[in-house]
Amino acid sequence: MKQFFYTLTTLTSHWRRRPGQFAALFVGLAVATALWSGVAALNDQARRSYDRAAGALGLGGSPSLVAASGGFFAQDAFIALRRAGWKVSPILEGTIRLGDKSYRLLGVEPLTLPKISSNKMPEGDDLNDFLGPPGRALIAPQTLRALGLTEGATPTISEADRLPPLAIARDLAPGMVVVDIGAAQRLLHRPGRLSRLLLAEEPTADAPTLESVIGETLRRVEADEAPELAKLTESFHLNLTAFGLLAYVVGLFIAHASFGLAFEQRLPIIRTLRAIGASLRALSLALVAELTLLALLAGAAGMAGGYLIAAALLPNMAASLEGLYGAELDGALGLAPSWWLSGIGMALIGAAIAAASGLVKTLRLPVLAIAQPFAWREAQRHWLYRQAALAVLALMGAAAALLFGEGMEAGFASMAGLLLGAALALPLPLAAMLRLGERRARGPLAKWFFADALQQLPGLSLALMALLLALSTNIGVGSMVEGFRRTFTQWLDERLVAEIYFEAASDKDAQRITAWLSHREDVAAVLPLCKAKTAIRSTPGSSWPVEIVGAPPHETFSAHFPLLEAHADAWNSIARGDSALISEQHARRLRLALGSTLEIPTPTGDWRVEIVGIYPDYGAAKGQLRVDHDALSSRWPDARRLDYMLRARSETAPEIMLALQAEFGAGVARIIDQAALKQRSTDIFERTFAVTAALDALTLVVSAIALFASLTTLAAARVPQLAPLWAAGVSRRSLALLELARVTLFAGATALVSVPLGLALAYDLVAIVNVRAFGWRLPFHIFPSQWLEVFALALLTAALAALLPIRRLARIAPASLLAVFANER
Amino acid sequence: MNAETPRALLLALALLSTAPARAAGFAGLGDEAQGFAEPQPGHTLVFPRDHGAHPEFRIEWWYLTANLTDETGKAYGAQWTLFRHARAPHGGEGWDSPQAFVAHAAVTTDALHLFAETRARGGVGQAGVTAAPFRAFIDNWSFSATEPNLSGGTISAIAPRFRYTLALTAEEPLALHGEAGFSRKSESGQASYYYSQPFFSVEGALAIDGAERKVKGRAWMDHEWSSRPLSADQKGWDWFSLHLDSGGELMLFRLRSDKTLPFLSGSFITADGATRMLTRDDIFLEPLEQGLVAGRLLPLRWRVRVASLHLDIETKPLNSQSFMGVGIGYFEGPISFAGAQSGVGYLEMTGY
Amino acid sequence: MSVISAPARDAAVEGALLRVTGLSKSYLGPQGPLPVLRGVDLTLGAGESLALMGESGSGKSTLLHLVAGLDHADGGAIHIDDAEVTKLDDEGRAALRRKTLGVVFQQFNLVPSLTVGDNLSLQARLAGRYDRDWRDALAERLGLSALLDRYPEQLSGGQQQRVAVGRALAPRPRLLLADEPTGNLDEATGDAVLNLLLELSATAGAAVLMVTHSARLAARLDRRATLAGGRLAP
Ligand SMILES: Nc1ncnc2c1ncn2[C@@H]1O[C@H](COP(=O)(O)OP(=O)(O)OP(=O)(O)O)[C@@H](O)[C@H]1O
Ligand SMILES: [Mg+2]
Repeated sequence: MKQFFYTLTTLTSHWRRRPGQFAALFVGLAVATALWSGVAALNDQARRSYDRAAGALGLGGSPSLVAASGGFFAQDAFIALRRAGWKVSPILEGTIRLGDKSYRLLGVEPLTLPKISSNKMPEGDDLNDFLGPPGRALIAPQTLRALGLTEGATPTISEADRLPPLAIARDLAPGMVVVDIGAAQRLLHRPGRLSRLLLAEEPTADAPTLESVIGETLRRVEADEAPELAKLTESFHLNLTAFGLLAYVVGLFIAHASFGLAFEQRLPIIRTLRAIGASLRALSLALVAELTLLALLAGAAGMAGGYLIAAALLPNMAASLEGLYGAELDGALGLAPSWWLSGIGMALIGAAIAAASGLVKTLRLPVLAIAQPFAWREAQRHWLYRQAALAVLALMGAAAALLFGEGMEAGFASMAGLLLGAALALPLPLAAMLRLGERRARGPLAKWFFADALQQLPGLSLALMALLLALSTNIGVGSMVEGFRRTFTQWLDERLVAEIYFEAASDKDAQRITAWLSHREDVAAVLPLCKAKTAIRSTPGSSWPVEIVGAPPHETFSAHFPLLEAHADAWNSIARGDSALISEQHARRLRLALGSTLEIPTPTGDWRVEIVGIYPDYGAAKGQLRVDHDALSSRWPDARRLDYMLRARSETAPEIMLALQAEFGAGVARIIDQAALKQRSTDIFERTFAVTAALDALTLVVSAIALFASLTTLAAARVPQLAPLWAAGVSRRSLALLELARVTLFAGATALVSVPLGLALAYDLVAIVNVRAFGWRLPFHIFPSQWLEVFALALLTAALAALLPIRRLARIAPASLLAVFANER
Repeated sequence: MNAETPRALLLALALLSTAPARAAGFAGLGDEAQGFAEPQPGHTLVFPRDHGAHPEFRIEWWYLTANLTDETGKAYGAQWTLFRHARAPHGGEGWDSPQAFVAHAAVTTDALHLFAETRARGGVGQAGVTAAPFRAFIDNWSFSATEPNLSGGTISAIAPRFRYTLALTAEEPLALHGEAGFSRKSESGQASYYYSQPFFSVEGALAIDGAERKVKGRAWMDHEWSSRPLSADQKGWDWFSLHLDSGGELMLFRLRSDKTLPFLSGSFITADGATRMLTRDDIFLEPLEQGLVAGRLLPLRWRVRVASLHLDIETKPLNSQSFMGVGIGYFEGPISFAGAQSGVGYLEMTGY
Repeated sequence: MSVISAPARDAAVEGALLRVTGLSKSYLGPQGPLPVLRGVDLTLGAGESLALMGESGSGKSTLLHLVAGLDHADGGAIHIDDAEVTKLDDEGRAALRRKTLGVVFQQFNLVPSLTVGDNLSLQARLAGRYDRDWRDALAERLGLSALLDRYPEQLSGGQQQRVAVGRALAPRPRLLLADEPTGNLDEATGDAVLNLLLELSATAGAAVLMVTHSARLAARLDRRATLAGGRLAP
């Protein structure tokens, strides 16, 4: 124990003398943990919200029966199934408006609701209160707070309807209101209608089949098919996770670099300790203990940083998730114990990975060999070849993932392989460049410059690799985001042509408003949209939710609506009612092309349509079909008919909007003009990529830290190399300038390599990951000005990182240089 | 005075399956019956009309217990119960109906006790009771009869591990408890309407885990309704229905109070259908042996004496673990007895 | 003579602190194995001091490393007290170095990140034998009392080597191994350090096995032996 303790304190005394090295190590690990755990906290938060939304009252865990054609069905099916022995529970879902926001209204029947552990259904007296009269509207505490209401309030949701008294239900998803099924039917104006039956128990073997009880009207949906949000947002989170991992890897590069140096510098200490009787066991224990301690400290700091990152990014992420997918996130960051464990775990794993090779080497070298530093170098001599071999492996992995893999995961895997391979291969071109320089160099100082740089390459290569990763990610993601922004803006311009968009509060309001609008001179056209939801079978057993939008034939669409490809008379065939446009992402998902036919399940039977056009739909992750208004209306008696587009001269638009609101008040649920709608869409877009951009910038900062750390630690080790030059008459100023030149050379060369790598990355993102994640393919743009930016950034980063060590060198006391000779033995 | 009232608890138990904070007495059965109808003395029960539901009363139940044997002589028990509970005496239609139903079904052998529960809202057709012809149903469980004395019908229940369909016949008339079916419960006015058909002969099929056997035997049916059947201090009860081999039928119960001595009451129905009320000084119920059932200590064997009938018997359960593990659990199982008289019956114990 | 000397030698062998018998060692050179030691025999009694001499490359350091258990011999045996060094595992040899041996090697430096005081105490602490008074006495005798809070790089070469001597003696070892401890010092400093080394070893009761090139220094030890051709000649 004494032996262990003094071995440990002797080893750790090294850090006191090299606080910079310690800082680099600490920061590397902490930053890796911070970025990783920040992203993990964001993902956790989102996932918890989805689970709560889906698992509210345990609904997500049960399989359910839904209308085969989508939409609602008669309550009789519920009674018929119960009387036949099927343990089903009725659900009616819909949307209500409170203030200026939409909420999901969920009607449940508490007596038949499946009893699941997550089932937070009221019991006892609360059950009687819930059933009413007057009943209760259960709501999450934060939603209640957001509404500025208190328990017992009965807010108005339309002219005639008020919610039952609000009551808090913890663990309910935000943005959701739960009422009794009867209340839901009344509030949603769907008497006797249901949207879903939960299957509380599997039917017994001798129970009659579903078909024999209710025919073909209902279709079974398995439990895991249900959490739509999780499925839709999966790609978004995979994106985030990939970024988190990338940052983590960059952080590890720093930690690895500092650990390597630390081990090398501590070899004499270890040798001395061994010589005076510290056993191998005590030494290994001490090294591992030191590592663990460090990982725990840095991990804790990293977790704190991760929390800050997550807290800072959460509002953006919440906004973009809501904008893109309608997913509500809880605004307050909640931290699960599993998050802490995984964060500290990642720090420990990171430290172990970063230190493993140094540790093993140190412990396996015999005592006397440690005494000869060249043995260490000897072991390092083949690293270039080994790096190259690993690089080839990584690149082959990337190619394999690209060729044989499917899905977005494979896209990311290929990206990871590409990045890793390129990073590992980086020293090769750098070494070649330096050898060439050495051969070409004339003066002795120039020759020394290249030779010395070559010698420094192993020590700096890890930091340079980190820089390469950060720079190419910057270029890759930058190209993607910029390309997307252009495409998106152009698409918005083409797509949003109507001057005013509004939504009526109810069917009755809609009729009154359109009647009123038809008398107005300044309104050129009122274009009603109707919407329905269904699910289109893709492969047997699996289906994709799809929204169907019906629009009337009008110049607004035929002349402006942006299409990727279409038949010549697409709009005419749509007006005939037997054709449809399909969104790009849905076409990809279902592998449909122009001319394909599609069976759309509708309440009035299957509807066969031909695909006559494919359009980009960057605004939504869900699949969409566009058909003729009347064709959709006739097949979907239940379709939503509340959305309208108004054509008018743009100067009169504000006046019309004011008049509408003055005339109909709450009858107009939402109204927005073209400019505001564009602004909002752009906002959502910016917020989506704000998260990406923030992580991107953080990664760059991390790599600057890596470079700084490596240079600082190398600077001390470089004094003996520089002393002879100084003795030979090269001034400290010149030496400092040479150092700066070398760092700039390294960074510049790395930046050069990062351009093709970044472009490859951008291509991978645009052509593979995005297509698989969002279902759309963006045009691949190249932005040379970005490259210049990145190049300048690299040089700046390097110069900044080099500044402190070089300043120190320029001012180094001659005594330190002399000491090299004095201590030479 | 009414003995049978305790059974009403079960409805409330099942519906209000956690102990209600504001309820008085056991499972809220001592609550004020605001706005609900109260049983009145001198009221005449009219059949078949009164076989149906009485929604203006807060609670009501239809209850059948059967002692059965198969062709090899092996003994079985079967239970079928439908409880009705109203949140309000009057109310809307459809989902707004204040009526709710809970049903329990069980089968018992010497080695097994299987039970099931199902719940339903009134007003939408998932459960209900009609008087003529008599039919009580919930999901795919039902109880029907063609005759005014409830003869000529079937009762059936289907659960994941068991199912039964039994035909019920009875020659004898219904037995009205208390004063022509008005059953007083205490000096403070609690009472219920209560009648039985204790004379059912049963024949039918019973399947456990897919294995079906023909069974026959005797069954006892109860129908009772009230609005405030228990006093606030009554915490549980022990209830017996006994088919004497001599042809008579006996119902006895003990209401346990945490304040006063237990309250004892019962009815004796002769083989030709004449009913006689039994008073507390006539009845002696004495637990002989306790046993652990579902984690609680329950009396399993009893000595039962009725002085006026010269009856002195000892009961033992067919299966000591006949426990209904629903919201608030209770014991409900077939028993046999021997002594001055022998026969079979059912024992229900709650509040332990 | 042989009659007298034989038992005397046997007695010496039996009471010997260090017994090296038939020790051989070769290194793998570029042109195949290069034998350095070819059967070295050596005994050293408790408290005795021996100067090991020989040409550069004759294998003096190699012999010392083997005795310290820092390297593996090819053949022969090394006994220190009753322990057979060549048969000990790493743990055993480390314990031997901690508790029984003190080493002062030319290239085995101090720990640069520990103060002089901590360097002095290090081995004693590792051995679990730290004795503050003894350490202070050593520091006093070595002239280091005023330098205890300094770091090694702030000391002169002679001072550093004195710290190394103190460190080796602090756990009261039974055998001090020194490999040209004064090789890097000027003559006056070297003599001073050597004086201290011999004097303090005597105080501590430690035997000394010291490599030196200097006949003048060697003369000050009890015995002398020369390595040549892989063997030890008295
Ligand atoms: N690790 C090694 N690998 C190969 N050969 C070695 C190794 N260590 C020592 N030698 C060789 O073994 C021989 C003896 O070396 P050693 O260091 O023991 O000599 P020495 O007597 O201490 O010399 P010096 O007086 O110069 O210190 C030398 O020829 C040396 O080159
Ligand atoms: Mg030597």
